[in-house]
Amino acid sequence: MRIGILALQGAVEPHAEKLRSRGAEVVEVRLTRDLADIAGIILPGGESTAMIKILHKNKLWEDLKAFTATRPSWGVCAGAILLARKVTSPEQASLDAIDVEIERNAFGRQKDSFIGDLVSTPSWPKEPVSGVFIRAPRIRATGPDVQVLLKWGDEPVMVRSGKTLLSTFHPELTDGTQVHDYFLSFCQP
Amino acid sequence: MSEMRLKTGLAEMLKGGVIMDVINREQALIAERSGAVAVMALERVPSDIRKDGGVARMAAPEIILDIMDAVSIPVMAKARIGHFSEAAVLEALGVDYIDESEVLTPADEQYHINKFDFNTPFVCGARDLGEALRRISEGAAMIRTKGEAGSGNIVEAVRHLRTIRAAIRKLTTMGEEELVNESKLLGAPLQLVQIVAKTGKLPVPNFAAGGIATPADAALCMHLGAETVFVGSGIFKSSDPERLANAVVEATANYKDPQILAKCCRSVGTPMKGLDIHKLAPEERLQERGW
Repeated sequence: MRIGILALQGAVEPHAEKLRSRGAEVVEVRLTRDLADIAGIILPGGESTAMIKILHKNKLWEDLKAFTATRPSWGVCAGAILLARKVTSPEQASLDAIDVEIERNAFGRQKDSFIGDLVSTPSWPKEPVSGVFIRAPRIRATGPDVQVLLKWGDEPVMVRSGKTLLSTFHPELTDGTQVHDYFLSFCQP
Repeated sequence: MSEMRLKTGLAEMLKGGVIMDVINREQALIAERSGAVAVMALERVPSDIRKDGGVARMAAPEIILDIMDAVSIPVMAKARIGHFSEAAVLEALGVDYIDESEVLTPADEQYHINKFDFNTPFVCGARDLGEALRRISEGAAMIRTKGEAGSGNIVEAVRHLRTIRAAIRKLTTMGEEELVNESKLLGAPLQLVQIVAKTGKLPVPNFAAGGIATPADAALCMHLGAETVFVGSGIFKSSDPERLANAVVEATANYKDPQILAKCCRSVGTPMKGLDIHKLAPEERLQERGW
């Protein structure tokens, strides 16, 4: 199975290693033609402002928006910011692939980055995982169709709606492949 | 160890991007608008430090705070080599990364900062693998080439990238008994030498800095194994900073695509003038600082 990773900037390689270890073929997505033959896409962590800029320069914005509207897509941290319906702090454009409102850098700066044990909801079919949060955003509101999979304390940190997955933490930076396996499970045709 | 994961984790997020030197809020906003992944807050860019002479120190806190207030991307700042009190001030201000930098006048000519004492991650310069591994053994979570800061000349950054890459390749071909001797020759801890020999890469992200002045310079560094580029004087000492900043960002993201690179190199104005490295007196070579 071929899985794309948006490779304009950010933590591309750690995701690629996880995917390859599970037998998937990785496609680095920089231009529209790279979207042609992939079963799903990961939008990795990085800086969302920089990614938005390069998405426009590479004329990928509209095509990525069309792809993520219907196909399996997983946004991690900055990638989650790109996929959300509404972004605050500051407000910025997004791909609007999932009915989620998200606040950038909502825990603070790097000094407020942390690693925490996550709470599984009944909707999470895998083993519990811990979460690496780096200048992470916070999910501030979710629409009625959005299912919460993992929480940190009482707040949602991984959610899903249809074939769109968001996580505000970085599963690519911890051991194990539970979250990658979960994403791959709904990339299956 | 979990703390190191947060420190190198932020560096992972900066990969494939451009980090720009800025000296005020206006420049920081231009950098962010152009797609920089982070800014380095400074009082003077390296080429001005070179020109002005005197002692170069940590930037004034009000400059750093003003820049932190202006942008939503990470803000880095420089401390003098060995000056752990400047580093403590930068940590207290809440900067996202500290650069223990040879661009500033060293405060200690024997020791670097013990970077494990800090929660804030550090980046340090290196010219070769031994220097890189010594900095990592002191707690650096990111390595960058030193290049020759403020020179606008890419030749030293290229030398340092190639030197580190060749040394890593050599390690991967060696037997265990050879690694012990190589560790002695490199002046680097055996444990780190063994890790590099096994993985074929540095245990922390490896970025390029020092003399990058054009989109093609940035692309060259990426081809030579840099994972991100720092652009110091190059942007704001050029004739059209915003246009050049945009072009360097686009070139770095698409460095493997010559068509896009060619587009990036057009109409970017006049780059900074630049210096012939061979005409610099030994005491003017900032890269000699660090031990």
